Amino acid sequence: MNWLNTIAILLVAFLAVFLESYVRALRNLVGAQIDLLPALMVYAGLSASISTVALAATLGGLWFDSLSINPLGISVLPLLVIGLVIHCCRELILREQLYAQFMLGLAASALAPLLTVLSLIGAGTDPLLGWWSIWQWLVMAVGGAAFTPVCFHLFDRFNRAFNYQPQVQTSFRPDREIKRGRVPHVDH
Amino acid sequence: MLKRQYYITIGLVLLVVLGVLNLPEPTAGKLKLAVGGLFLPLFGIAGATRNLVEQTGNTLVPRSTLLKQIEELRRENQQLRDQLAQAQEALRENAQLRQALNWQRRVLWQLKPARVIAQDPANWWRTLLIDVGRQDGIRANMTVLTADGLVGRISEVGIFRSRVVMVGDPNCRFSAQVQDPRDKTVVAKGIVSPSAAGLDRLLVDLMYLPGGSLLKPGQLVVTSGEGGIFPKGIVVGQVVDVRTNDYGLNLEARVKLAVNLNRLEQVSVITQ
Repeated sequence: MNWLNTIAILLVAFLAVFLESYVRALRNLVGAQIDLLPALMVYAGLSASISTVALAATLGGLWFDSLSINPLGISVLPLLVIGLVIHCCRELILREQLYAQFMLGLAASALAPLLTVLSLIGAGTDPLLGWWSIWQWLVMAVGGAAFTPVCFHLFDRFNRAFNYQPQVQTSFRPDREIKRGRVPHVDH
Repeated sequence: MLKRQYYITIGLVLLVVLGVLNLPEPTAGKLKLAVGGLFLPLFGIAGATRNLVEQTGNTLVPRSTLLKQIEELRRENQQLRDQLAQAQEALRENAQLRQALNWQRRVLWQLKPARVIAQDPANWWRTLLIDVGRQDGIRANMTVLTADGLVGRISEVGIFRSRVVMVGDPNCRFSAQVQDPRDKTVVAKGIVSPSAAGLDRLLVDLMYLPGGSLLKPGQLVVTSGEGGIFPKGIVVGQVVDVRTNDYGLNLEARVKLAVNLNRLEQVSVITQ
């Protein structure tokens, strides 16, 4: 059922981009919009195959850029870098730990905008940067970090609901069962 | 060590990204609109849901409040009708005087109302999407405004939606002039640019103002009409403060925008 997980990741990426563009309450409140895609890449990097990571980065980045004035495709590489690095180190990461999820989300959400802005400057565009951008960067990092454990929780629940669960081995063995009560009477 | 599958995947993604980034601008624009078009059903559903919530909310308003509002609107309507009659009379008089003085007749704007459907998800741009496009007669570089003042210009046009680059975005620099509030004379002309240092997102910089200009806080900043994109006389904002640049050769003013760009719901596009 690996394809189901891939579809779920792509669906969440699509919805995340839509919400980032449509919901303006947080932007009006704190002056910055949180990017949910880096957190999703953390999950994909730790839980999915390399092809799913690449697909999520490519489609997520293209969807994001299509609703932004960013040059189309500029957000793909930062997301791919995050996904790949985490995927390569996933044997070393304690996936279930809330702290690890939060810290990975923080690092990914801080790194993604930095890499995107550097790519934009490298591509010859002139993004709006100033002192205010530091605050926005902090909001994005912390917001993304807070979303990462939520993302893990939601996907774990989804997988539990739709995937086959591994059979739990019990210590019970029928040949060692102690039969209690009256022994049936046998006539000779 | 990276496996072969990794190399193939990274290579494929790089190929896609480089291919898309190196597309000619019109093709990239079309592709962007096509990809963004996938979100249109979601925007439609979200808009319809919002309308439904608003309508449901309206049904809960008590009758007495509604009657009070109707009464207020009637009064306002009467006032506006009186003002309109006066304005039409002034307009007629203005036209006669222009004709007498052989002045060029001023063309009245044709406005197309539009609803804001989304904002740029990236924090380093100030753009928004509106629900009118090519089928409504919208073209690139048309002016977008509200009753309070200038919002920006159209940058990309799709069939059903358009992108607006707002004032304060690096892609929206234009010429503006500072007017004296009493006699409307032009005090100085400069270029409106995004404010890099300010923490207030509703502040922009008015740069390259002549050194000796008599600038004061509170003076009105309007579009100058130079540059060919924005018509003359649209309110941009008010001067907040002024500082000297380049050893006094020119001045730089901070301008508070007249329109709260963070809370835009409804805008108008000047189509003619």
